[in-house]
Amino acid sequence: MGEERTRYKLVLGYGTCGIAAGANAVKTALEEAVEKGSYDVDLDIAGCMGYCFKEPIIEVTDRERDYSVVYGDLDAKKVLQVLEEHILNGRVIEEWVVRKSDDPSFGEGDFLANQHRIVLRNCGRINPESIDEYIAVGGYQAARKALTQMTSEEVIDEVSKSGLRGRGGAGFPTGTKWGFARKARGEEKYLVCNADEGDPGAFMDRSVLEGDPHSVIEGMIIAGYAIGAKQGYIYCRAEYPLALKRLEIAIDHLHQRGYLGKGIFGTDWDFDIKIKKGAGAFVCGEETALMASIEGRRGMPNPRPPFPANEGLWRKPTNINNVETLAAVPWIISHGGDKYAELGTEKSKGTKVFCLAGKVRRSGLAEVPMGYTLRQVIFDVGGGVREGKEFKAVQMGGPSGGCLPAELLDTPVDYEAITATGAIMGSGGMIVADSSTCMVDLARYFLSFTQEESCGKCVPCRIGTKRMLEILTRICEGKGVPEDMEKLQTLAADIKAASLCALGGTAPNPVLTTLKYFRNEYEDHILRHKCTAGVCPALITLFINEETCTGCGACLKVCPTGAISGEKKEPHKIDPELCIRCKLCLSRCPTESIWAE
Amino acid sequence: MTNSFDDLEKADCILVIGSNTTENHPITGIRIKRAVMKNNCTLILAEPRHIRLCYYASIWMRQRPGTDVALLNGMMHVILEEELADEEFIKERTEGFEEFKEMIKDYPPEKVSEITGVDADTIREAARAYASAKSAAIVYSMGITQHVTGVDNVLSLANLAMLTGNIGREGTGVNPLRGQNNVQGACDMGGLPNVFPGYQPVDNPEVRKKFEKAWGVDYLPGAPGLTLMEMMEGAYKGKIKAMYIMGENPILSDPDIQHVKEAMEKLEFLVVQDIYLTETAEYADVVLPATCFAEKEGTFTNTERRVQRVRKAVSPPGQAREDSWIVAEISRRLGYDMGDVEASAVMKEIASLTPSYAGISYQRLEEKGIQWPCTSEDHPGTPILHTEKFTRGKGLFHAVAYRPPAEEVDDEFPLLLTTGRLLTHYHTGTMTRRIEPFNQLVPHNRVWINPRDAEQYGLSGGEEVVVESRRGAIRLEARVTDFVPPGVLFIPFHFAESPANALTGTALDPVAKIPEFKVSAVRLVVGKEMKKISVV
Amino acid sequence: MEEIKININGRDIVTSADRTIMEAARDHGIEIPNLCYEERLEPYGSCRICLVEVEGARGLLPSCYTRVTEGMVIRTNTDELHRIRKTIIELLLSDHPVDCMTCERAGNCKLQDLAYEYGVKKSPFEGEVHVYDILADNPLIERDYNKCVLCGRCIRICREVQGVGVYDFVNRGFKAVPGTPYGKPLQETPCEFCGQCVSTCPTGAITSIPSKGKGRIWQVEKVRTTCTYCGCGCQIDLHVREGKVVEVSSPVMVGPGEGNLCVKGRYGYGFIDHPDRLTSPLIRKKGKLVEASWEEALDLVARSIRKAVDTSGPDSVAFLTSARCTNEENYLMQKLARAAVGTNNIDHCARL
Repeated sequence: MGEERTRYKLVLGYGTCGIAAGANAVKTALEEAVEKGSYDVDLDIAGCMGYCFKEPIIEVTDRERDYSVVYGDLDAKKVLQVLEEHILNGRVIEEWVVRKSDDPSFGEGDFLANQHRIVLRNCGRINPESIDEYIAVGGYQAARKALTQMTSEEVIDEVSKSGLRGRGGAGFPTGTKWGFARKARGEEKYLVCNADEGDPGAFMDRSVLEGDPHSVIEGMIIAGYAIGAKQGYIYCRAEYPLALKRLEIAIDHLHQRGYLGKGIFGTDWDFDIKIKKGAGAFVCGEETALMASIEGRRGMPNPRPPFPANEGLWRKPTNINNVETLAAVPWIISHGGDKYAELGTEKSKGTKVFCLAGKVRRSGLAEVPMGYTLRQVIFDVGGGVREGKEFKAVQMGGPSGGCLPAELLDTPVDYEAITATGAIMGSGGMIVADSSTCMVDLARYFLSFTQEESCGKCVPCRIGTKRMLEILTRICEGKGVPEDMEKLQTLAADIKAASLCALGGTAPNPVLTTLKYFRNEYEDHILRHKCTAGVCPALITLFINEETCTGCGACLKVCPTGAISGEKKEPHKIDPELCIRCKLCLSRCPTESIWAE
Repeated sequence: MTNSFDDLEKADCILVIGSNTTENHPITGIRIKRAVMKNNCTLILAEPRHIRLCYYASIWMRQRPGTDVALLNGMMHVILEEELADEEFIKERTEGFEEFKEMIKDYPPEKVSEITGVDADTIREAARAYASAKSAAIVYSMGITQHVTGVDNVLSLANLAMLTGNIGREGTGVNPLRGQNNVQGACDMGGLPNVFPGYQPVDNPEVRKKFEKAWGVDYLPGAPGLTLMEMMEGAYKGKIKAMYIMGENPILSDPDIQHVKEAMEKLEFLVVQDIYLTETAEYADVVLPATCFAEKEGTFTNTERRVQRVRKAVSPPGQAREDSWIVAEISRRLGYDMGDVEASAVMKEIASLTPSYAGISYQRLEEKGIQWPCTSEDHPGTPILHTEKFTRGKGLFHAVAYRPPAEEVDDEFPLLLTTGRLLTHYHTGTMTRRIEPFNQLVPHNRVWINPRDAEQYGLSGGEEVVVESRRGAIRLEARVTDFVPPGVLFIPFHFAESPANALTGTALDPVAKIPEFKVSAVRLVVGKEMKKISVV
Repeated sequence: MEEIKININGRDIVTSADRTIMEAARDHGIEIPNLCYEERLEPYGSCRICLVEVEGARGLLPSCYTRVTEGMVIRTNTDELHRIRKTIIELLLSDHPVDCMTCERAGNCKLQDLAYEYGVKKSPFEGEVHVYDILADNPLIERDYNKCVLCGRCIRICREVQGVGVYDFVNRGFKAVPGTPYGKPLQETPCEFCGQCVSTCPTGAITSIPSKGKGRIWQVEKVRTTCTYCGCGCQIDLHVREGKVVEVSSPVMVGPGEGNLCVKGRYGYGFIDHPDRLTSPLIRKKGKLVEASWEEALDLVARSIRKAVDTSGPDSVAFLTSARCTNEENYLMQKLARAAVGTNNIDHCARL
């Protein structure tokens, strides 16, 4: 990263998604090659650029021509070819290009073009381990402005004006929440950043922390000033080591600059931040459990009221905001609340980050203005369902949310509209299901997650979800009885009404929404002993198509129970008595001759 | 106690000195722990041993046993030096301050530190915490009183409370914790050589006249009698011929057991009235089988002066009889008829002769306990003493100088022994050592030794050792633990087979005649050398 | 505290702002069923039995936890609440052994009372049932977590009241259960064996070993008295069955101990009917203590005292009265010394 400007800048996507896909090998190869060779490049890293489905990724910027190209699906070999062809020979390798800066319609260009990035404004664009890069894109201007030119009340007003609502899931107006904490009696107050992202299929907070930790910290400085808290905590799960490392680096840099600690930005305002590593309990995302965990107690929720704004950490007034909420704050202060409120619907303002996962073609981060329809998010940004299959459902809001069918695809993303369907906005997970997903099994999966993650404190959640799960498991095993649907419904209602915290209060949602929108699948399982999607092992039989089977023997080799027989080059057969429906054969068959019914 | 248990949870600061509260007064211990946990009360602990309250204390002063006066004087030196005293309280409510102030000058924290082994800054910190609290309470127990300077210790605590105005208000006070269920009551009832019930002095002719009239006798002696330790000495020297012991076991509870045994043997006649054949009863000429608390009606007065009912739940075994019946029968045979000794009738008589119990009756106690003074039937009782004035009028500062313990370590006896109780056992063990689960939990006696001392003697814990003092020797198991500081041993006194009081001395506080159980010089004998020593 | 007006089940009530809904209701004779609530403990809100409806609140609120506020309109007995409470009891019973006939706690069990009140005979929910080993790793306290309802009362009393913290929950979800660190036996933890966990357990999950099988609550007579050990003066109830003390408990929020007891107070009653008790007067004859009649013994005592007084004066006799005896007995003893014998030689072990 030299002083003299090179012609090309190579930025490697170096978030967890990239590393998981092989970015370390790419990085080593790049560094070695650049060290040895004489390429007119400098190397840098960035967090997730959003194209998780194309990782590992590098962005090549030609500074002379003010033009950039994103290459995807790289490996150690391919990246050397990029150096050779693009850097030395000036030739773009078209077939690997994900996006060209001058042609949004090229490749996967519309993935970004259809987004509106505020929270993710710097993600994938700056080196998250460099405070200078953050400052170079205007970082800490907002915090400086708030602390030097605005009163606490003005900051809160600005945030209220923006219409920003808590992005952790509940959607409580952020400005109002800050106002409560500001007004709460007590000298000592705390600000907590809830980075305990735990929904399966949700990774927006992780990506923000890995890609742009400073924007979150800047949001915290502003929030701390607004409510009168001099101590902030970031509660982040230890399973996010990279996020934690980058936060630690950021906080270190800030101490060196005097942006954290005593008298920050030359004012008389003190603010500091401690990181608390969580042990990965899902329930610790619930704010009272989170506070218990910070205090060193077992992470179990307490009833509210009293609300944290009055009695929080160590019984002092405490304000808790989610990562995404805080990351939006500096933008709001810089650009003004009104500007933010121009985006979105009447009651849900600004943008929301969604994590596209499951059977969607482009899995990754999508930040769109509120009011976009689910269809726009899944199809325009996400590129629709993988392998051209038919869209069946989207699970909104993780295990606490609900499954929405195709008929509801035109629902706008807006807190009230989503809630009306029986799902929730939640933290923004969107898991797409296609015809190969069994909705009963999906509900069972999510319930098994919440059941395992229940803290065990209150009876409805601890035993109630267990009993619901047992009923669902029975149904999936073909042992369901017609009364089970009624039983699920009433038990779910009692669990929702009686549970202590939102974990139990929302745990039945996947079951209730699938019962509502996919009742036929329950009936298939119970009355007709049939799993249409071919998922539930007890209800399916595996067949080999004798006409297309080439007798390669791949299935025979992997079958753990010896249920498959057949001579080489002759069509094989499956003995249903021995078959345990593990579907290993199905996944190995090169000719797709095995199917489940 | 000048104040009540409830008050402890209203204090901003509690000084616990010479009390292992959580083991010896567990339920009071709860109050202190809760004050710390729930109310953020600052706990100052002055205690040589590492006890459970250490986990709750903000400040822990680990003083050398027997140096409490110096430690307290050091704290008061800081309070005066830093002008943290309550001038107004001193002016309005006390006297003797000037002389006291002069004496305190001799105790700068650095000098006190040398005597007590407590860091000078810690003394300062403790002094500030106690003096600057809105309301600070003092809790103490036998760790303060069982010294030759027992009275000095208590007076120093009173000085400290008066100096800072921490008395006569909610959440303050000087609060001794009484070691037995009814020590308070036994004292209140005139079970002392110098006073009638309600601390009415025997040498006051007016008082004597009142009792003579009420009891229908011509003459009551006006000279104070002998204290327990003096009685033992009297027996030893042949001046006491007959002794009547009701529900006590001096052979285990008194210091220098050998001496007590010899005294018992010299008595012409000894009658012991108890529920078991105790170690003392073995020496008796007559043993009278009495009833335990579950077999009789009556009242106990707890350490916060609360008179509460005792009710009969079961019948006594065999021919065992109620103590009141026995006493009355003996009295009748001596020519004095006590009349109706049914418990409620006796309480009526007590109330009629004892101003502080005047308003107490079984009828009122049926509902709940009453804290004396309760001077009339409509008096609600007194949770806090000295709210407006002290018993003597103005509170008197005593200039109390530090005196070293009676016995100090030397080359021959290089270790300090301190004694006390364990949570699971009680006093001389006559009751608790007959309870099987307790014996399973704590089966036998152990001497606590600091790892540093243990290393010197080649002990790792679990070995048999002999502990010897100038008065005797006992054999018991070694427990190596840093719960005692180097140079200090601790032995509980519940165990008849290895009685700690075979080692303790008979040195007494000159005023209160309390023995110095908490400091004796001893030596540790290990290995083959043990054979040469005869143990109790 | 500030006085405020609330309305419970249509009744206007004046109460103070520091009361919870449950306390305010109880003050006015309205009982709200509960399970995890205990007067000695901080509210916890886990069992959900005490949920009530509060107008304008988002969802149902635990009455044990929620403080009253001015103008609050509360309903404690709607059909929905009844249904939810019944569901919770059914869920609890779906993982609870129905062996009330042999359970130590029968008749004194909150779960049993609730099941009776809500008419739950058999849980409609079938499924996995826990099978835990019964833990009797010490001589005093037995733990049978098959009967545990996870109210957390044992955990809380050990932490909040005793300040010891031997227990906490281990595991999550359906597998959650109270336990000691690393599952150690109680004797290897800082446990003080106060049995406070026993005293607060609402079911038969934690019971006292010494009183096992000695009599259930309806078989014993409780006699209120004062503890005989240290000077705290805790109020205790002696449970008497067939002339024997079989258990000791302490009435909650009564007396200086507020219902808390230590190991001696709760378990130190075995000395009462110990075979070593003296059952007859003894007189020393030929150097040995032998049984004698009361007449003989008392006469001998009187004679011997009289002899000492006659030969060496009243001050040659000494009396030791007792800190273990009642006020009345102490009074009589000093009266004996002073009035009958004429000496002030009376003392006791106040100093020991």
